[in-house]
Amino acid sequence: MKSRIILDTKPFHITVQRLCQQLIENHNDFSNSCIIGIQPRGVYLAERLVQELNTYSKKSIEYGRLDNTFYRDDFRSANKPLSPHPTDIDFLIENKNVILIDDVMFTGRTIRAAMDALLDYGRPAKVELMVLVERRFSRELPIQPDYVGLYVDSMEQEKVRVEWKENGGEDKIWIVPKKAIE
Amino acid sequence: MSQLSVKHLLGIKYITTDDIELIFKTADSFKEVINRPIKKVPSLRDTTIVNLFFENSTRTRISFELAQKRLSADVINFSASASSVSKGETLIDTVNNILAMKVDMVVMRHPAPGAPMFLARHVDTQIINAGDGTHEHPTQALLDAYSIREKTGGVKGKKVAIIGDIRHSRVALSNIYCLKKLGAQVKLVGPPTLMPRDIEHLGVEIEYDIRKALAWCDVANVLRIQLERQDIKYFPSLREYALYYGINGNLLSELKKEIVIMHPGPINRGVEISSDAADSGHSIILDQVENGVAIRMAVMYLLSGRRN
Repeated sequence: MKSRIILDTKPFHITVQRLCQQLIENHNDFSNSCIIGIQPRGVYLAERLVQELNTYSKKSIEYGRLDNTFYRDDFRSANKPLSPHPTDIDFLIENKNVILIDDVMFTGRTIRAAMDALLDYGRPAKVELMVLVERRFSRELPIQPDYVGLYVDSMEQEKVRVEWKENGGEDKIWIVPKKAIE
Repeated sequence: MSQLSVKHLLGIKYITTDDIELIFKTADSFKEVINRPIKKVPSLRDTTIVNLFFENSTRTRISFELAQKRLSADVINFSASASSVSKGETLIDTVNNILAMKVDMVVMRHPAPGAPMFLARHVDTQIINAGDGTHEHPTQALLDAYSIREKTGGVKGKKVAIIGDIRHSRVALSNIYCLKKLGAQVKLVGPPTLMPRDIEHLGVEIEYDIRKALAWCDVANVLRIQLERQDIKYFPSLREYALYYGINGNLLSELKKEIVIMHPGPINRGVEISSDAADSGHSIILDQVENGVAIRMAVMYLLSGRRN
């Protein structure tokens, strides 16, 4: 099995643009909405979106980062030990529309943990989920995204990897065999 | 490196510098957790922890218990005075009986040095030493070093004076191991009678003049005079000790720099430290207490998540 690119740099940027527009459609000027990126990799997409959205709106959008390490259910069974990342949400989420952002959605367990972590900060009016890549037919929990950049059908032995400029990559999405990264 | 190298936390002597850094990094995240409106995470909800205290403690026991509750663990508290230990049961029997009720981790304080190591060899569970006699008190040393790191930006290269009853202090020994592993310079200060013999082999210097030591250091960790462990008189009177080795506002204002004042508690006000020094802006004594909860959460989280 070889690694292959499923979204190159140019369409990648178009996809991010589209996700931005979809958010504007539903949230107007973001006066009662905020964006929360899930650590560690959802943060790249979230920051990209916030940067982009801030060029459209006059006042800056409330943005935070959320770490779900302490809420995960694979605390003792994951392949490698989990290490936490910073959480910083310096605004209240009470009665807000929260848009949770992650890079790849697979089993849904990350999102379950993130929602539990989020609810410890208050009671949002609504929580939406945006993912850059949705791996279809692989869900282990009844959780579905509201906004999707790209639908991917992939095999269990494969992994979807998103490369970001901020992370030394090139804004591309790859499918790689699982063994290559372990 | 995201796993501790040890199964138990018996003392700082037995862990690596990487372990200490990992505990600090994890504690950063827990410090954020304990400052939230909901100060609790579900990580250890499947874990039962027993706090075995064969010696009195307020701060450490509350701090451990709070840390366990913040991690959603189930907690059992045990104090020796109200148990079968007073009927003559041995330590191994006591612990094995508790473990038979399916307990996952033991936090133990014991007046005998080495008691947790002994237990770790003979029973099958994870053990955290919460102070064993005059030997070690690892979580206190970790929270002390963590507080220095937080206040001054780092431990490496810092000059730390540990002042007072070095001979009877487990805090001093654990602090020496911890600070040396993190690259600090350590000076021990106190009357010659309270200085353990050959302690300089641990790579520390000894100073008998409090003024010189304060002028040298960036951080002064002031220890409690442990009258309960002193079988003979080591100095003529508490008043004389306070006169020669007590930290007070006048001594601090004579210095041409600001130093950080620490104390592991409980404070004998007017003996090793005066109220004006303990309550001054230099003092980070209450920050130490806050950091203690975060450090203990990190230690239990990391030990519990460790794979064999």
